[in-house]
Amino acid sequence: MRFARTGGLLAALLASTIAGRAADEPTLTIATVNNGDMIIMQKLSPKFEKDTGIKLNWVVLEENVLRQRMTTDIATKGGQFDIMTIGAYETPIWAKQGWLMSLDDLGQGYDYKDLIPQVKDGLSLDGKMYAAPFYAESSFTYYRKDLFDKAGITMPEKPTYTQIAEYADKITDKKNGIYGICLRGKPGWGENMAFLGTAVNAFGGEWFDMKWQPQLTTQPWKDAITWYLDVMKKDGPPGPTANGFNENQALFASGKCGMWIDATSGAGRVYDPKQSQVADKIAFTASPVTDKDPKASGWFWSWNLAIPTSTKKAEAAKKFVAWATSKDYVKLVGESEGWVAAPPGTRLSTYDSPEYKKAAPFAPTVLKAIETTDPKHPTVNPVPYTGVQFVAIPEFQAIGTNVGQDISAALAGQDTADAALKKGQATTERTMKQAGYPK
Amino acid sequence: MKTKQRDKIIMTFLGWGVAFLVFFPILWMAITSFKSEIDAITPSLFFHPTLESYTTVNERVNYFGAVINSVVESVGATMVCLAFAVPAAYAMAFYPGRKTKDLLMWMMSTKMMPAVGVLVPIYVIFQQLGLLDTWTGIIAMFTMMNLPIVVWMLYSFFREVPKEILEASRMDGATPMQQMRLLLLPLSLPGVMSTALLSIILCWNEAFWSINLTSVKAAPLTQLIVSFSSPEGLFWSKLSAASLLAIAPILVFGWLTQRQLVRGLTFGAVK
Repeated sequence: MRFARTGGLLAALLASTIAGRAADEPTLTIATVNNGDMIIMQKLSPKFEKDTGIKLNWVVLEENVLRQRMTTDIATKGGQFDIMTIGAYETPIWAKQGWLMSLDDLGQGYDYKDLIPQVKDGLSLDGKMYAAPFYAESSFTYYRKDLFDKAGITMPEKPTYTQIAEYADKITDKKNGIYGICLRGKPGWGENMAFLGTAVNAFGGEWFDMKWQPQLTTQPWKDAITWYLDVMKKDGPPGPTANGFNENQALFASGKCGMWIDATSGAGRVYDPKQSQVADKIAFTASPVTDKDPKASGWFWSWNLAIPTSTKKAEAAKKFVAWATSKDYVKLVGESEGWVAAPPGTRLSTYDSPEYKKAAPFAPTVLKAIETTDPKHPTVNPVPYTGVQFVAIPEFQAIGTNVGQDISAALAGQDTADAALKKGQATTERTMKQAGYPK
Repeated sequence: MKTKQRDKIIMTFLGWGVAFLVFFPILWMAITSFKSEIDAITPSLFFHPTLESYTTVNERVNYFGAVINSVVESVGATMVCLAFAVPAAYAMAFYPGRKTKDLLMWMMSTKMMPAVGVLVPIYVIFQQLGLLDTWTGIIAMFTMMNLPIVVWMLYSFFREVPKEILEASRMDGATPMQQMRLLLLPLSLPGVMSTALLSIILCWNEAFWSINLTSVKAAPLTQLIVSFSSPEGLFWSKLSAASLLAIAPILVFGWLTQRQLVRGLTFGAVK
């Protein structure tokens, strides 16, 4: 009897908690990645909640988990999220599917003209913007001034791939644990292929020709991959196939790498003495080029806030997106977190701000890197796709990761460059055929 | 006599060695959680311990909310699971039919498919039924997920109980419910307990469904850990702190119940 009474009490308690939960005030659920800039957004959001009375729920996930979670939800119209953090890759694909709301009416004060044109273009389809840029990045070359001085080398403003290999050789000092160059080796379309795809562009190659034929066995691919394997074997750190952005950043920040070619968004961290042992010894220059394409340089990526069409709270969601991607927000971050932490690469006004210029000496190089990228025309030859280090079609995640694995195997010494590319070509051809290309 | 003693010493060392090896990742995680991010990337044992990561974790997420969700979901699912599995295993152990073995095999085979293969259908069903991000949804999912293992374990424990005892009770007029409640469950209690403990641990650690089917209200500790992993930026120490906080309750629980757990696992057929 007593058991029954306790049980009843428990059930009532449970029911009341569930009911209590359901009767919440209107709230927005925001899905985002666990990157530094987003953590700051989460930290500053109580101000938005106070000003507007809108409550926010955060779902913070690791990038790949987030991508899977959001794709499932948006494709099934699950409606679990009111705001999603999506990349430059998903935006045009999802917009084309009709999954995203257009964001051309974010209010008068939004100042669309202040957005960096390349960034805004990458997020637009048929002239309409479908995601608001939160932060953007290109890639460039990080290097150790002290090691370069010691070796008597001056880093040019636009180094070539040949020069980079030469310098790497000169500054490598394996006995003291200094490796000339650190590059991504971990397989994945957003891992090693981000760097390698950009390098292939610079060597004059492309993923597909105008008829959507994969081009992996062409000379530029061979040149780029051979360059990569040679320099990594000679001057790279041990076990490079496990190194992605984070691992290389850790290696560079702990003084193990002479050069590191990677995302500009790492600059703030390796420049921060709290996170880096070489903060006072580093400098930055453009991503390497070749004589085939002296213009092409770094990649282009942005993290953006988008509103799925399945949301029932579009108006409130737009208010938040406008707040988090506004000029005022950049200022708010600068003032409360320090200007070096201001979200980079989205607004021209950020780069005009004297405070930002002072706090982030790498800012002009970053802006230049972003402004020289051209996601609409990423390659020497004309191509049917957009995207610098990726191809904006749904099949690319699988293709990029497959090819990334083949090249990673070659880096581990299990295969030659030629054999890896042949394998990559075969799987890419198959995937494209299954997907029904040429369309 | 001497060789016996030497063997004993070797075995002791070997035992401790293996235990240490198994425990090492958890130990390393605990150490890393007290480092600053910059110390965390270097494998050193000398550093200034700091609670920085714990403070950050505490500021950023609702830890106790996630603990409550984890407890409700894993204990709830285990109770529902046992409610189905005890009668099923009872019937299979004491009244086996021609197809009982096949039935058991079929149940097990449902575990062989990779979960992601049915993600989209399940997601759509959950969405239509309004079960996304609810305790009910996750408890239903965990129940279905663990049912095959729980039935199998209970089945093998029940088979250890001599049939004659139940027969004798039937002679005295005991109904199937009475047989289960008064004889079978008390006799195989260690087995049932260890099955329940295992089920709770499996639910606690389940990451795929809990991450995909919850977002805010029903999000358990597994989602809390994922929110501290990132392909960009330094996060090892925060991730370690979050992971240690996430496993702490179940670690303590395992510690307190280890006697039952070991007794149950060495009792009966699952040896």
